[in-house]
Order: sequence, then structure tokens, then C-alpha cells
Amino acid sequence: MSLHPGGAVDGSSTAQAGRRRAGRLALAVVVWVAAYTLNGPLWDWVVCDLLRLDLGSRVGSGVHFFLFDTVKIVLLLAGIIFVVTVLRSFMSVERTRSLLGGRREGVGNVVAASLGVVTPFCSCSAVPAFIGFVASGVPLGVTMSFLIASPLVNEVAIALLLGMFGPGPTALYIGAGLVIAVVAGLVIGRLHLERWVEPFVFETRLGGQVIDPALGLTWDQRIQIGVEEVRTILRRIWPYLLVGIGLGAAIHGWAPQDLFVRYAGPGNPLAVPVAVVIGVPLYSNAAGILPLVEALHDKGLPMGTLLAFMMAVVALSLPEMILLRRVLKPRLIVTFSGVVALGIVAVGYLFNVLLPA
Amino acid sequence: MEVSILGSGCANCVALEKNTRAALADLGIDAEVAKVTDVAAIAAYGVMRTPGLVVDGQVVVSGRVPRPEEIAALLGATGPA
Repeated sequence: MSLHPGGAVDGSSTAQAGRRRAGRLALAVVVWVAAYTLNGPLWDWVVCDLLRLDLGSRVGSGVHFFLFDTVKIVLLLAGIIFVVTVLRSFMSVERTRSLLGGRREGVGNVVAASLGVVTPFCSCSAVPAFIGFVASGVPLGVTMSFLIASPLVNEVAIALLLGMFGPGPTALYIGAGLVIAVVAGLVIGRLHLERWVEPFVFETRLGGQVIDPALGLTWDQRIQIGVEEVRTILRRIWPYLLVGIGLGAAIHGWAPQDLFVRYAGPGNPLAVPVAVVIGVPLYSNAAGILPLVEALHDKGLPMGTLLAFMMAVVALSLPEMILLRRVLKPRLIVTFSGVVALGIVAVGYLFNVLLPA
Repeated sequence: MEVSILGSGCANCVALEKNTRAALADLGIDAEVAKVTDVAAIAAYGVMRTPGLVVDGQVVVSGRVPRPEEIAALLGATGPA
């Protein structure tokens, strides 16, 4: 850029573009804050005064929960996904792999799990990333730590937990997710299950020059990536979101107060494993599950049982296992799911002790 | 010019294919856009985050969906058109 002959002209026009960009961002922040603040009063007014429903009634509170939560969740998602994506555009799977190269197990697992949280990644890339890691010599267990942490501790879950339950449970969730990823990866590494990986993975020769997508991007490109990501994620998850909020609203308005507590409350020692067994085959994401978690929490279910349910849904799913089948033999998929599910059950019990309902 | 899109059918891969076709049309290049959906083949290109764009055997984009104008610039820079 500095070699450009028209450097001075170029400089003033980029400064102008920079100011315009800052102006647009500031405007977006103001609109976001205003919408978030007005969300509650707006729906109070619509439900009470416009629709003439009593907020204490079943229909009234159900309708209010649905409208208020839909707007709140979409705003939270848009805000956090944008910020996280722009920050993550400085990081890449390629860089993560080079940071993991040559690390021993143990330290490697901890680094892999932490990088799983900050590396931009989507489950549709799980298989190419798995091949890219293992074929370049990253140990199997370390690779698994990365692949477990990445969906478990994701920006959507963090955004919604913060908005619904505050920083305490959110921090516990992140910590627990990391511990599960580290321990499960260590266990898989110790079991020496390389023979249950499809052999072609080790024979794959990584050709071509590696392109690091994080390098050489301009701010405009990073912001564009952020906006695109908000759009793609919202477009992908809105059906889950509406179903989740709808179920949440139904529970909120109609379910009798003691129904869930009687079956899955603190009195039932098997509630956590049952929640995990129900959650594993379910395919949804944090945005679809958290409205349900919020409504069930209001009905008196303990946080540990609910978070275990959510973790089981987001970390393990049938479609993901079918994808992984391309590179992992069924016994490794079963072992991997079993180890992760056990970790989630343990975390559920722990949270039930730490955060009594 | 040989152009291929790497990706196993996720939303971003479809978007990248669309933008690439638009860029080719802008440049007036009549090239086939091939699709590589096999994950092993994708990984062999060294791409770990889909989608990817390969021009004449070289990976030029991975892990993001550039706008058509940017792709046009990349295509103009790599191929003799």
C-alpha cells in the first residue's frame, strides 16, 4: 500500500472510508441498544393494551414470552455473532493447526480445547479439519479435544446464556465445556484408537500451498464477514429458534408448576443421565434449546440437569456422527460419544450441587 | 481456465459458487465450474474450512465467501483469461 505512487490521495480516501465505517458501526450500536432496551416495554404495551390480555393469564404470559424472547434472542445473536466473527477473523484453522504441531498430549489437549473456542469453525468442516490435523501429525486425542470444544463452547451458547442467566452460569458452562473437551481428548489419546480411524486419513498427502484465510484482510472485509455470518447463522437456525421459543412459551404459559419438578426435579437422582440420553440423538443448536432451558428453569428444574441436556444436544448429534463416519470407524464414534456423554453427566451432577434450583 | 468449488454442500459453498459464476460472467470468461464434494479430496487440497475456490490447481480462497468483485480480481490475477 505504501508503494502506491498516489499514496497521499490513497491515504486521505482510506481515512474518509474509515470514518464512514466507524459512523455506520456507531449507528448500528445505537440502534441495537435502543431495540434491546425497548423490547420489554414494547411487548408489555402490545400484549396488555393492544391485545387486551392479562399478563398473569396463561395466554397472556405465553404470548408475551414468545414475542419478547424472539426479539431478545435475535438481537443477542446478531450482536454477539457479529462481534465474535470479526474478532475470530484474525484466527484460522490453519493457524490453530500450526500452534498444535509438535505439542505433547496433555498441554496439547488444553491448547486444542481453548483454540476450539476461538477458532472460526463450523461442523460442516469437521471432516476436512480432522483429516488436515491428523494427516499433518497432530495426535488423535489432541484433534478430538479441538473437535469437541468447538461446537460445545460456541458463541451462540455463550451469548444466550449470558442474556438469560448472567455471567456466573455462563462462566461455569465455558469452564465445564473446556474440561470435558480436554479430558475426553486425553482419554481417547490414551486408549490409542488410531486403528479405528479410516486408514486413508493417514495416507492423505496434503498438497497445495496452505492459504491462511485470516491473513491480509481489510477491516471492510472483516466487517463484511461478520455481517454475512450473522445472516447465514440466523437463516440456518430460525426454524429451531421458533420451535424452541414456541415450546418454551407453551411450557411457560400452560405447564403446571410442579409437573417437571415432580419427574426431573432435584428429587430424582437419575434426572441428569436421562436428560443426556434424551439429548444425544436430538439435533438442534443452542438457539433452539436455550428458550426451552429458560422456561424449564422458571418451572424449577435445576441448572445442572438443564445444561447437561443442552450440552448433549449441541455436542453430540446423529447427523454429525454420520459425517464423522467418513473418517472414523463405528467403534471410535461410539467410544467418542460415550466418553463425551459421561463427561456431560458428571458436569450435570456437579452443577446441580453448585447451582441449586 | 479450470475453476472448482470445494465444499460438501453447505450454505457457504452454494454462495461461493454463485459469486464465482457472477465473477466469471463479469469477466466474460466461459469456464466450467466444477464441484469437489468428497471430503478426502477437499482435505488433500490443504483446505480445512470450507468453502474453497481452486483456479488451475491453486487454492485461492478458503474458509470465506468473497464478493464477486474480489473473486473477479483473483481470477484476473491467476489466469491468462
